[in-house]
Amino acid sequence: MTATATVAAPAPNPDPPSTAPKPGRPHAQKFVNSLWILPPLLLVGGFFLYPLALVVKQSFIAKDGTVGLGVWRETVDSPQFTDALWHTVKIAVLSTAGCLVLGFFLAVVLAFVPFPGARLVSRLVDTILAFPSFLIALAFTFLYGTAGVVNAMADELGAGQPLVGFLYSPWCVIFAEVTFYTPFVMRPLLAAFALVPRDRLQVAASLGAGPWRVVTRILLPEAVPALAAGGSLTLLLTLNEFGIVLFIGAKDVTTLPMLVHAKGAVTFDYPGACVVAVVEVALSLALYGLYRFVFSRTGAARAGVVA
Amino acid sequence: MNAGATKPASAAAPPRPAASVEDAPHIAGAAETAAGTGAGVPAGPTPTTPPAIDITGLTVRYGQVTALEAFDLQVARGETVALLGPSGSGKSTVLKAVAGFLRPTAGRVRLTGRDVTHEAPNKRGIGVVVQNYALFPHMRVADNVAFGLRARRVPRAETARRVAEALEMVGMAGYARRYPRELSGGQQQRVAIARALAIRPPVLLLDEPLSALDAALRADLLGELQRLRADLPDVAIMYVTHDQTEALALADRIAVMRDARLVDLDATDRLYRRPPSEFTAAFLGAANLIPAQVVRDCADGAGDAQARVGALTVPADPARAFRAGETAMLVARPHTLGIEAAGADGTLPATLTGSQWRGATYRLTCLLDEPSGVEVRCDVATMDGVPALGQPVGIRLPADPCVLVPTGTQR
Ligand SMILES: Nc1ncnc2c1ncn2[C@@H]1O[C@H](COP(=O)(O)OP(=O)(O)OP(=O)(O)O)[C@@H](O)[C@H]1O
Ligand SMILES: [Mg+2]
Repeated sequence: MTATATVAAPAPNPDPPSTAPKPGRPHAQKFVNSLWILPPLLLVGGFFLYPLALVVKQSFIAKDGTVGLGVWRETVDSPQFTDALWHTVKIAVLSTAGCLVLGFFLAVVLAFVPFPGARLVSRLVDTILAFPSFLIALAFTFLYGTAGVVNAMADELGAGQPLVGFLYSPWCVIFAEVTFYTPFVMRPLLAAFALVPRDRLQVAASLGAGPWRVVTRILLPEAVPALAAGGSLTLLLTLNEFGIVLFIGAKDVTTLPMLVHAKGAVTFDYPGACVVAVVEVALSLALYGLYRFVFSRTGAARAGVVA
Repeated sequence: MNAGATKPASAAAPPRPAASVEDAPHIAGAAETAAGTGAGVPAGPTPTTPPAIDITGLTVRYGQVTALEAFDLQVARGETVALLGPSGSGKSTVLKAVAGFLRPTAGRVRLTGRDVTHEAPNKRGIGVVVQNYALFPHMRVADNVAFGLRARRVPRAETARRVAEALEMVGMAGYARRYPRELSGGQQQRVAIARALAIRPPVLLLDEPLSALDAALRADLLGELQRLRADLPDVAIMYVTHDQTEALALADRIAVMRDARLVDLDATDRLYRRPPSEFTAAFLGAANLIPAQVVRDCADGAGDAQARVGALTVPADPARAFRAGETAMLVARPHTLGIEAAGADGTLPATLTGSQWRGATYRLTCLLDEPSGVEVRCDVATMDGVPALGQPVGIRLPADPCVLVPTGTQR
């Protein structure tokens, strides 16, 4: 592997004693210690950075071998791309918003409204986190597909046309993503709510605040860090979601990951696929950067609040 | 010493036995007609005013655990009642049921005659202060105090005025712009009190408000609470504590609780001076309990009662009727006992086993020779004339007859 050589180049020093001063030990020790970062560095380099570099490189080389911005111009200008970008952002933002709203209220109910089986539901939420995302799409197909349960029942009742055509709209993709990703928002929220003392809510109630006021004025502000964490994670994941979009197969819903797949595996337009992939990665990194920036600021401001 | 003596309001709250509550409900109408002036606050205490807090038969169970059993208590307007008892005795449970934070298994809670047993906490209009302050961390002090007023949609200007007033009351006017995390524990507790007072509640519930503070601060705040009490002549206060100093300093009456039950309820000084039970005597003022035999049949409070401790026969003040020969407990507070040379006339022979310097006094511990094994604590101002550790001594009982209480939990 070439990556090994390039990444590890500065690290190997075949002759430490020669550079180390007479006492030797501390320096030699330092060197040995620094060797520990080699394996992770090799892993990251070999399995992530190198392929990424290849993808970036490939995006500048057209099919006929000419090097330049040609492929970029061509791909980015295509309506197909702008469409996919628009769909990706729209679906990700709407899904995340849906997850935040639904997740917040489900978490409030789960954490503060005692009902039998609350623990079971809590466990279930954890379990969903471990599921592959396309399962939910598959379940949706069974439920709402043309030959799905709902339409079959509608058929029995005499409705001729498939009653629920909703499966093939972008809304279904959003619905499915909200269903699947809501637990990702609930998990940090439940952890945050577990730290909220009950008597704080009780005192708020005794001061005359109804349940709605307690939730919006007391719980919501305390949930902001958890919402930010869960929300940005969800936004990242929904931006890159592939399985759900593919399995639902909604008409005219192409997202960036779908476009990468179509270009790379269907039309064999590798350079085009690489361009889209680079845009996708850049989008994710930018979002991650923003998240870190925002979170470090609110995180610092709230450090004392959580205590 | 007793706050009740300094407050005219306490006169309107004659101590009532826990059981006589049947007369409470049917006089509700009188209070309504009397409540002509002032925003919803009933007018001056008249004999017909229903109690500010009226708890009857309150029972709270968590599955098999009984947290509170058939609890009765009335608190008059302007009165302070302390709930005193060891940990787990159900004190907080009473408060939570009155505030509406939990649903009682049985019993009723009435506030000035209005049955609130099944009312939501936000409809009751009660001020609550809890042990760990429970301030809202993301709000400034002023917003914390304003929370209840905003929830009640009090106009903006009025809110600002009342927030300033409440903060002024607890001496926190200069801290309105701070966040709770920027305050010390004592300051946070003051803000919590201001927050509860801002809504001008007719009833204030305090659950061990000082227990999270260090001793010096506790003494400070206790003084402030006394002053606050005087500033709030109409507010009925229930004060939960396991610290007898706080109860003695603040309460007009003290309700002593044990094992989910109310064991004793009486005016503070009377409960302290003539405790009706062994438990209350020991819990309130850490009295010595010396086993004794009743010499002759006697009635409650009989002037000629006598009790026999070892070889000594002493006058006693029976807390209930006793029969001759019955075993009972003589109640003697440590500061009323004296230490003398062994064999001195009219003293109880004992052995000195320990001494502890407490600044103003020395706390001596002695083991009685007869009945043997009974430990007696005694506070003396000086060690002059006190024999060395391990030496025999004579314990002099107080000149006034000691209260005689039944043994154990029996009444
Ligand atoms: N949610 C609950 N579930 C089960 N038992 C409870 C619950 N809350 C309280 N208890 C029990 O009820 C009893 C009374 O509790 P409570 O909190 O009223 O005691 P307390 O007198 O306030 O004690 P402390 O001085 O320690 O605060 C205790 O034995 C406690 O274990
Ligand atoms: Mg308690």
